[in-house]
Amino acid sequence: MTFLERNFLDIRNLDLMARGDSWPHRLDPRVKVLTTMIFIITVVSMDKYSISQLIPFAVFPVSLLAASGLPPGYFLKKILLVSPFALMVGLFNPLLDQTILLHIGSLGISGGWISLVSIMLRFTLTVGAALILIGITSFNGICLALEKFRVPKVFVVQLLFLYRYIFVLLDEASRMSRARSLRSLDIKGPGIKTFGSMAGNLLLRATGRAERIHLAMLCRGFDGNIHTMNSSSLYLKDILFLLGWTVVFYLLRTYNFPELIGNGVLNFT
Amino acid sequence: MSHHIVKADTLCYSYPATDCGIHNISFSITHGESVALVGENGAGKSTLLHHLNGFLQPDSGSVSIGDYPITQKNLKAVRRSVGMVFQDPDDQLFMPTVLDDVCFGPLNLGLAPDSAKNAALHALERVGAAHLVDRPPYRLSGGEKRSVAIATVLAMSPDVLIMDEPSSNLDPRARQRLIKLLMSFKHTKIIATHDLDMAVDLCERTIVLHKGKITADGATLDIFQNDTLMNESGLIKPLRMQGCSICGQDPERAESP
Amino acid sequence: MHMADALISPAVGGTLWAATAGTMAYCCRKVKLEMDDRKVALMGVLGAFIFSAQMINFTIPATGSSGHLGGGMILAILLGPYAAFLVMASVLTVQALFFADGGLLALGCNIFNLAFFPCFIAYPFIYKKIVGKIPTEKRIFIASMLAAVVGLQLGALGVVIETVASGISELPFTTFLLLMQPIHLAIGIVEGLVTAAVVIFIWKARPDILRYSLEAKPLKGVMVRNVALGLLAVALVTGTALSWFASSRLDGLEWSIEGVTGSGELQEPDHGIHESLAAIQEKSAFLPDYGFKTNENEHGTAESESVTEAPAQWPAVDAGTSTAGLVGGLLTLLTAGCIGLLLRRKKTTV
Repeated sequence: MTFLERNFLDIRNLDLMARGDSWPHRLDPRVKVLTTMIFIITVVSMDKYSISQLIPFAVFPVSLLAASGLPPGYFLKKILLVSPFALMVGLFNPLLDQTILLHIGSLGISGGWISLVSIMLRFTLTVGAALILIGITSFNGICLALEKFRVPKVFVVQLLFLYRYIFVLLDEASRMSRARSLRSLDIKGPGIKTFGSMAGNLLLRATGRAERIHLAMLCRGFDGNIHTMNSSSLYLKDILFLLGWTVVFYLLRTYNFPELIGNGVLNFT
Repeated sequence: MSHHIVKADTLCYSYPATDCGIHNISFSITHGESVALVGENGAGKSTLLHHLNGFLQPDSGSVSIGDYPITQKNLKAVRRSVGMVFQDPDDQLFMPTVLDDVCFGPLNLGLAPDSAKNAALHALERVGAAHLVDRPPYRLSGGEKRSVAIATVLAMSPDVLIMDEPSSNLDPRARQRLIKLLMSFKHTKIIATHDLDMAVDLCERTIVLHKGKITADGATLDIFQNDTLMNESGLIKPLRMQGCSICGQDPERAESP
Repeated sequence: MHMADALISPAVGGTLWAATAGTMAYCCRKVKLEMDDRKVALMGVLGAFIFSAQMINFTIPATGSSGHLGGGMILAILLGPYAAFLVMASVLTVQALFFADGGLLALGCNIFNLAFFPCFIAYPFIYKKIVGKIPTEKRIFIASMLAAVVGLQLGALGVVIETVASGISELPFTTFLLLMQPIHLAIGIVEGLVTAAVVIFIWKARPDILRYSLEAKPLKGVMVRNVALGLLAVALVTGTALSWFASSRLDGLEWSIEGVTGSGELQEPDHGIHESLAAIQEKSAFLPDYGFKTNENEHGTAESESVTEAPAQWPAVDAGTSTAGLVGGLLTLLTAGCIGLLLRRKKTTV
């Protein structure tokens, strides 16, 4: 499978997951988007050397994942796949920050290693939360949430159209690149020149399609306004979800529970 | 109201800087008629269809829908009464869900969201696609897409249905279902198609286009049996009117002795 | 290169979000004013085109490695800067959600780096100036090339500044800059070649498409001034936010909480900027300070004994570093796992 086909499959998978039916799926998209944003900001606001305090934050993605019945392995794999950039930048930390911050026996661990671990933890948490958000919320739902958040209609409609036609154009693009690779008898991608005319052809088809869509829209009385049926309402459970998690994040941010627990355990023994 | 619902009068159009287009097209179609528009690729079928909806303005001549000639002013009324089903349903289904898409037209007509929804649900039921309401268009099969595309047009309760290649890219069963569905419509229909077998099923009248001109306009079966005409217009008889090359039963040879 | 949530601070993420949202609102208004109802479908489909074309990997000559299209410049050339910015932003949003490219907080940074620079700097000031009124193949080639390179250089500079200002990565400004700019010079040249190839293809096959966007004449003197003013505002806001951030040693969340309660102590901006510069140059000096302040802040909120003990242990800010932290962390992980299992079991039995 090519890069393109793999990604296409990926979108289709997530799209299918988002059509599931569990209580996280049924929550209003607005509270899911907001809660995820608060989660990410809280995680990112943690001190750069924090490790133990970051760990309890996993309760948010883990419980959502569990409650929605989505496959955890799939999300772990996705997180691993995109980790190289954060890892690459983070790897400089151990080289540059060699102040010893922790001694385990005779082994000194520098601040750089600690902050690297912290970066990777943040990465897993933030990326995980974002992926789970799209796994339990349809893209359409997210767009409608954005509309309710007063994001300009032009952009919301753009997102909806983009998402709709990704499915058509990815299909066209994969057919085209399959046809090319079948005739070029190599495993590598096309050269720049070939790519230029492939992309050019794809672009021509895309503009042709845009013209036909525009005709189809005119045909049904389009006058420049897209009317969306956006009539969701917030229920008590939605508010509770948002407030409950916000309180949890606030507590996790303020108190270092793992250390408290750890101290308790060590004092007890 | 006039007896003729679609009337083209010496319609001429050529695309800028080319000599392709349509020349001197005249016909009139009455209420409830079902007309097939056939011709080889590039014969001018799509160009003609685009005039019936006011996408293209004729260089000379005119098109009338009902009592009114199509002008810039009454374009909205024309598009309301003429429903067009596109060849590629992906072009027609651009909204995020089936319901949104079928509601698109009614909402543009100024219907309140509730009545738009009702119109949409009714149209979807009509084409047997009520169960697809909440699906996004990219999760539909080819046949389902086509049904929904027809529903998007039906929801606007048009008087005339214009279809561009409705049976293309359908598997045999989906095609059969489509033909049955279209048979059940009482609308005036204009169907541009290469599927001459479907034309035999659906349309009592056929207009043949060749190089932008009408070469024949008459009863479907008469036209399809006219070998010279078919040859000259670049067409091939519907399969069921050809002999069977496998079992050797050739209706023509059987008739000739 | 996409910024990631893990590498930015809330202050930087928030500032760039604000800048991006402002630009977006401005572009939406502009596109709406154009009243071109063709654009709704065209923008959507071209977005899907860029999204798909980005996934066709091509072979980079001489190196044998593979690259992919960025696309911001192609969009600007086809749609004009406003619509192109929105389309690029939508593409990046979908990627952030589905492929976790970057992240939701870093989305502001990514849109700014990958859409703002090509659409509002490279396109109007380089591409349009070189191509002029009568495009020729040579002009399109040179213009695409230069515009792509400059756009990507600026984007890379954005990544460097945002990363360093966030202070999560230890990379010093100059080192990171020296690392990023040359890499992005290479990427920019490839992007330029590809952009030129596509644009020339379109120019030969359907010159009307290019002409349509040229005729739209979206850039006037007023607009350039607006962009310049906008950039200045962004720079000011960023600068102030960052200096507050650096001077008070409070991270964004705490900073905003204190802003709400009104107990935050604001220092003179001069001092702040000076300090932030100093902090970048001399990070070792700012570490103990950082720790001290953080703990001081924690005193206010958390008055438990175990936390008050922490300052003595620190420079190791907190926890993560102490044995207690390790033990507690493991226990928490275990608990989280159990909660997950319980919820799952409950779900299957229901």
